[in-house]
Amino acid sequence: MAQHEDTYKPGSRLERWLDERLPLARMMHGQFVDFPTPRNLNYLWTFGGILTFCLMVQIVTGIVLAMHYVPSDKLAFDSIEHIRRDVNYGWLLRNVHAVGASMFFLAVYVHIARGLYYGSYKAPREVLWILGVIIYLLMMATGFLGYTLPWGQMSFWGVTVITNLFSSLDSVIPGLGTKIVTWLWGGYSVSGVTLNRFFSLHYLLPFVIAGVVALHIWALHVVGQNNPTGIEIKTRSDSVPMAPYAVMKDLFAMFVFIIVFAWFVFYAPDYLGHADNYIEANPLVTPPHIVPEWYYLPFYAILRAVPSKLGGVVLMFGSILLMLFLPWLDTSRVRSARYRPIFKWFLVLFFVSFLALGYLGAKPPEGWYVIWSRIFTIYYFAFFLLIMPILGVLETPSPMPRSITEAVLGKGGAQAAASKH
Amino acid sequence: MITSFGITGLARSALAAAVMAGASVALPGAPANAAGDAPPPHIERQTWSFAGIKGRFDTEQLQRGFQVYQEVCASCHGLKRVYFRNLSEPGGPEFNEEAVKALAASWPNQIFDGPNEQGDIATRKGQIIKRPARLSDPILGPYDNDNQARAAQNGALPPDLSIITKARTVEYHGSVGGHVVQMMKDILNAYQESGPDYVHALLTGYKNAPADFKLAPGMNYNSAFPGNQIAMTEPLTNGRVKYQSKDIPATVDQYSRDVTAFLAWAADPRLNERKGMGWLVMLYLAITAVLLYFAKRKLWSSVH
Repeated sequence: MAQHEDTYKPGSRLERWLDERLPLARMMHGQFVDFPTPRNLNYLWTFGGILTFCLMVQIVTGIVLAMHYVPSDKLAFDSIEHIRRDVNYGWLLRNVHAVGASMFFLAVYVHIARGLYYGSYKAPREVLWILGVIIYLLMMATGFLGYTLPWGQMSFWGVTVITNLFSSLDSVIPGLGTKIVTWLWGGYSVSGVTLNRFFSLHYLLPFVIAGVVALHIWALHVVGQNNPTGIEIKTRSDSVPMAPYAVMKDLFAMFVFIIVFAWFVFYAPDYLGHADNYIEANPLVTPPHIVPEWYYLPFYAILRAVPSKLGGVVLMFGSILLMLFLPWLDTSRVRSARYRPIFKWFLVLFFVSFLALGYLGAKPPEGWYVIWSRIFTIYYFAFFLLIMPILGVLETPSPMPRSITEAVLGKGGAQAAASKH
Repeated sequence: MITSFGITGLARSALAAAVMAGASVALPGAPANAAGDAPPPHIERQTWSFAGIKGRFDTEQLQRGFQVYQEVCASCHGLKRVYFRNLSEPGGPEFNEEAVKALAASWPNQIFDGPNEQGDIATRKGQIIKRPARLSDPILGPYDNDNQARAAQNGALPPDLSIITKARTVEYHGSVGGHVVQMMKDILNAYQESGPDYVHALLTGYKNAPADFKLAPGMNYNSAFPGNQIAMTEPLTNGRVKYQSKDIPATVDQYSRDVTAFLAWAADPRLNERKGMGWLVMLYLAITAVLLYFAKRKLWSSVH
């Protein structure tokens, strides 16, 4: 853990007794009260706390929903309707859980975008970043498994399409893909057996996520938080203690976030979902458009942009796995895009192309939609594989402040703050 | 539309092919197979009492809507996720409980009550053993199973109507920019009524087919239905249902508004409770957020 002042004082005899045997309270105090946070963090830095909140909401509502849900192909759809209609506040629990998944992804995309903009993936935060990518992958898996559970038409056909992706491996080793798909399904088609195991895994993975989140926070507390300048904390005046300063700010941001969350829960609970999932799964009727949930759409667009099935699958998974190598793909010594006048615009263009891919993922793969999907897919990969490594070497960064304090208070303020200590 | 799965390029396994072969057997009235290449019909947005953040169901409209369902729709369609008891619960049609009891007892589509003590599921005459419905029973349609329904309906399956307004939607057709603006507007206005809009458009969409339109035998032209061919014959005609109140017009448009509102309630019986609680939650969150903001500002004033 990073070195900083320890102000923990055991107040009672019990606390003193415990402190000598298991200094848990001292550790928590050190990490979540005394922990120095950069004084210049903006509101984009509140999404870490918001994401922790989202995970807890999903786990708590999920545990209660599982008490009423029946993971069977005959009864799953009925049990969801039972929850919506007859379970006390079941409509609320179900809405919070379903909307919560979308909110979780909304927050994680802001969190990732912030990391990209301010270079939070660069040394010494590589492991912190990689753990984040792993959490994101686990979230995608959990969200996908969870969307299966209502056993509506989109659930069923979404599973059919996505699990079938693995059959593309048949073109590498004949028979391998089919074997894997059969193994995933637990039979020769998507069935109640598949639903049952997906439910089991959907219940398991959030706890795995919680474990990796603990590692993510641990790694964060070793290297300390990045900040909008990308300059490390150097003096005492560069930081404020986490409590009450950062905690208070996080709490306010969290409430604003919950207002958006509650808006969807109470006024538009079905807006983020798909009407076809209110039709019970039917293996004999294919929905006119099979579309994943909105948070997977950019990757779905990449999948469909490639004319070859295997190529599409490789690029789709590659587009996420690429993130693992980001700390080494970016060659610039400057962290924050704030001081990278050219990179900044390439990054903004990357965000635009990611959103555009999301839009295209919801459209039928025909005509101009495919052409635009290809253009944005090419840019997606070019950004990471060409622009990041090359631009980092060529670009001249703009002048940077010497410290966080100087960035906040200006030169004079920094000297005044320095003379105070 | 089967090709839409194929174009993802994912359905190469023999199994998926088999599933698709199954899907290609056209099921009249099944929405997935009905869509043709024709441009999607324009569906007009309607005004609903239950729309938006202040929306609530209109009890009298739900009662009229139930009357339309009972006298017209129920001859083919079930409502199996709605129980008779729901008809007298708050936030719904709020019929008198005794009246609902009587309604349940006289509902023509009775509840399967076998096997009896002898283990029989049918009487000696071959009739399936049934009993009159009670408050705790679902509102069933006339058919015991899908096969029976198809046999009676020339191969078409009249869907259960319990969540039909949630299971239908209207796709946006327009420019990219317009779509983004529309999405923002819909979120802020809490617009979720594309399903009811569609059902209303369908019920009022029976028209004479254009001269060049090839209508399959036994099918009907409908301007809202994807592909414009629907197995269901025109269910509503002016004056078909006799409302008690003389102030309510006995027109197809009015009937379809009322029955759509009733079906929207059937699909979302907790809507009044949800939107009512929403105000309190939003108020609490807003006040707390404001307090937190000022607390944060005061706290940080010594830092910045």
